[in-house]
Amino acid sequence: MSTPFLVGNGGGFSGDRVDAPVPVVRTLVKRGLPAALFFETLGERTVALAQLERRREPSLGYEPMLEPLLEPVLADCFRHRIPILRNYGAANPPAAAALVARLALRLGLPGLRIGLVTGDDVSASIALDQLPVHEADDSLDMRAAHLVAANAYIGAEPLVRALAAGADVVVAGRTSDPALAIAPLVHHFGWSWDDWRMLAVGAACGHLLECGSQVTGGVFWDPGFKDIPDPANIGFPIAEVTREGGLVIAKAEETGGLVDLRTVKEQLLYELHDPAAYITPDVVLDITGCRLEQVGRDRVAVHGLRGTARPDTLKVTACFEGSWLGEGEVSVAGPNALARARATAEVLLERLRRRSLPVRARVDLIGVASVHDSDDGALWRGYRGPEPPEVRIRLAAEGADRDAVDGAAREVLALLCCGTAGTGGARWRTTPRILTRSYLVLRERVPTTVTVRTAEDMAA
Amino acid sequence: MMEVPLHAVAHSRAGDKGNRLNMSLIPYDPAHYALLAEQVTAARVLELFRHRGATRCVRHDLPLIHAFNFVVDDVLEGGVNGSLNLDGHGKTHSFRLLGLAVRVP
Repeated sequence: MSTPFLVGNGGGFSGDRVDAPVPVVRTLVKRGLPAALFFETLGERTVALAQLERRREPSLGYEPMLEPLLEPVLADCFRHRIPILRNYGAANPPAAAALVARLALRLGLPGLRIGLVTGDDVSASIALDQLPVHEADDSLDMRAAHLVAANAYIGAEPLVRALAAGADVVVAGRTSDPALAIAPLVHHFGWSWDDWRMLAVGAACGHLLECGSQVTGGVFWDPGFKDIPDPANIGFPIAEVTREGGLVIAKAEETGGLVDLRTVKEQLLYELHDPAAYITPDVVLDITGCRLEQVGRDRVAVHGLRGTARPDTLKVTACFEGSWLGEGEVSVAGPNALARARATAEVLLERLRRRSLPVRARVDLIGVASVHDSDDGALWRGYRGPEPPEVRIRLAAEGADRDAVDGAAREVLALLCCGTAGTGGARWRTTPRILTRSYLVLRERVPTTVTVRTAEDMAA
Repeated sequence: MMEVPLHAVAHSRAGDKGNRLNMSLIPYDPAHYALLAEQVTAARVLELFRHRGATRCVRHDLPLIHAFNFVVDDVLEGGVNGSLNLDGHGKTHSFRLLGLAVRVP
C-alpha cells in the first residue's frame, strides 16, 4: 500500500461550528502525511442570499463566516503545505479572494498564494429559457420570475489547475461538493480524468465528507439508541486515500463523535437517489457494489466503489426572487391547552378569510403535529392522543403582496389581546423568499478561469 | 412475533433534492435485513406520506451494506423554497418512517 493522502473537512454548511477546523488541521499536521483541507459551505440557496446581499453592498456577497473559519488554521496549513479548497466565493469570489489576501497579510503570510476560480456564474452568458429544465420548484411562476443568480456546478478540473499553479488557498464560487475532494486527490496522485474507478473513490470521499460531522456522529445521535461520545465537540472527518483507490474514513483526534458502520451508511445514502448513479460533474458514482469494513476505532474502510463516464452536461441552478413569507407564533399551556390551540388555529384561518388577504396559509400546532403535517393540517385535525402540556400555534402565509403577507402574520400578534385565555409569547416576521430551478447545460458552454497570485500581489 | 416500531430495530436519515425526499433505512442487526425487505415495502412507505401529496415511492435495496434507500416524490410541498412547512428540507421525516410498525421474532 502506498503512502496515503489525507483529506480533511473543516465545515459542512455555512452555519457550521466555527471551531471545528482546528482539531482537523492539528491532526493533519501531527500525522505528517500529504494532505488537503476543504470546506463545503455553499448550499443551494446560499448563493442567492449572497447575491441579494451583494446588490445591497457590492463589496459583500461572499460567505459571511469566511474569516472566523479560516483565521485559526490558515498559518498552520500554509506552513505545512496543506492546501485549502473552498467554495466560499458564493456570489463574489474575487471579493472573497481579496479578503483571504488581507487576512494572510495580517497573519504575516505575504507569500501565501491564492487561486481564484471563476466561470460558474452564467447569469449573463447563458439564456436559461433555451435550456432543458432539470428540477423545478412547483411554486415558480416563470412569467413573473426575476432572476437573482445562475451558477453552474463546476467540476474538479479548474481546481486542479489552481493547485498545479501552486495555490495554497483555492477560492471558488459554485462547485460540485465532491469536486473539492476530487481535486486534491487528482493533483496529488495524477489520476487520469477518465480513470472512472479512481474518480469514483474521490467522489465517494467528497460525498462522505462534504457535510462535515454528518459522517462522524452529527444528525446521527439518538440518545439511548445511537449514543456518541461528547456531542458538544464532534470531531470533523478526515479521509485516508491511497493511489490505488483505498479509502478509509476517520476523524480528528481528541474530539467527540465516532466513525462506525452506522454513521458511514447513513451518510453514504444521504441525498442520494439511484445508488447506481450518483451524478457529479467529474464521474457518475455507483455504490451498489460497495462494502464497508470497520478497520479500527473510528476507522471505516470503503470498498467496491465503481464509476462510469461523467455526463456531457453540468447542472445550473438558477435562483429567482420569490414571494414573501410571513410567520407568526403564540403559545398556550396548562389545562385545556389542546382545545385552546385548536380554537386559535381555526380563528386565525377565519381571520384571513374575512379579511380576504391574498395569501396561501397553513397552521401548525407545534407539540401536536407540525413538521410531519400537511398544509391542510390533516394530522393535527385528526389528533386523538393525550392532552399535551403546552402547544405553540404557528401561522405561515405566503403571497406576492408583502403587505398582505405581513398583515396575515400580524394576525398572530393580535391574539395577545384577542386570543384565547392564557395566550402568550408572540413572535412574527416577514421575509423574502428565493425560488430555484435547475437546468442542464453542455459543459463546453461553461469555460472557467483560474488565476493564482500571492497575497502581497493581490493587496498591492 | 411481536410488533415494534421500526425505531427499535433500525435507523434512518432523510435528505432532500427539490420536491423529492430520500430516506435510508438501516437495521441495527443485519439479520433483520430480510424481514425489513419483506415488511417495509415502497407501497407502505408511500402510504405514510399520502397526506402530504406524495405520488411515488421507489425502494433501492443495498444488500451488501444491509441498507435500503427510499425515494419519495412530491412529498415536500414544493421543497425548501416553496414549502410553508417549518421543515422545508424534510429532515424530520426519517423519524416518521421509524414510527412504522414491524413484526419481529
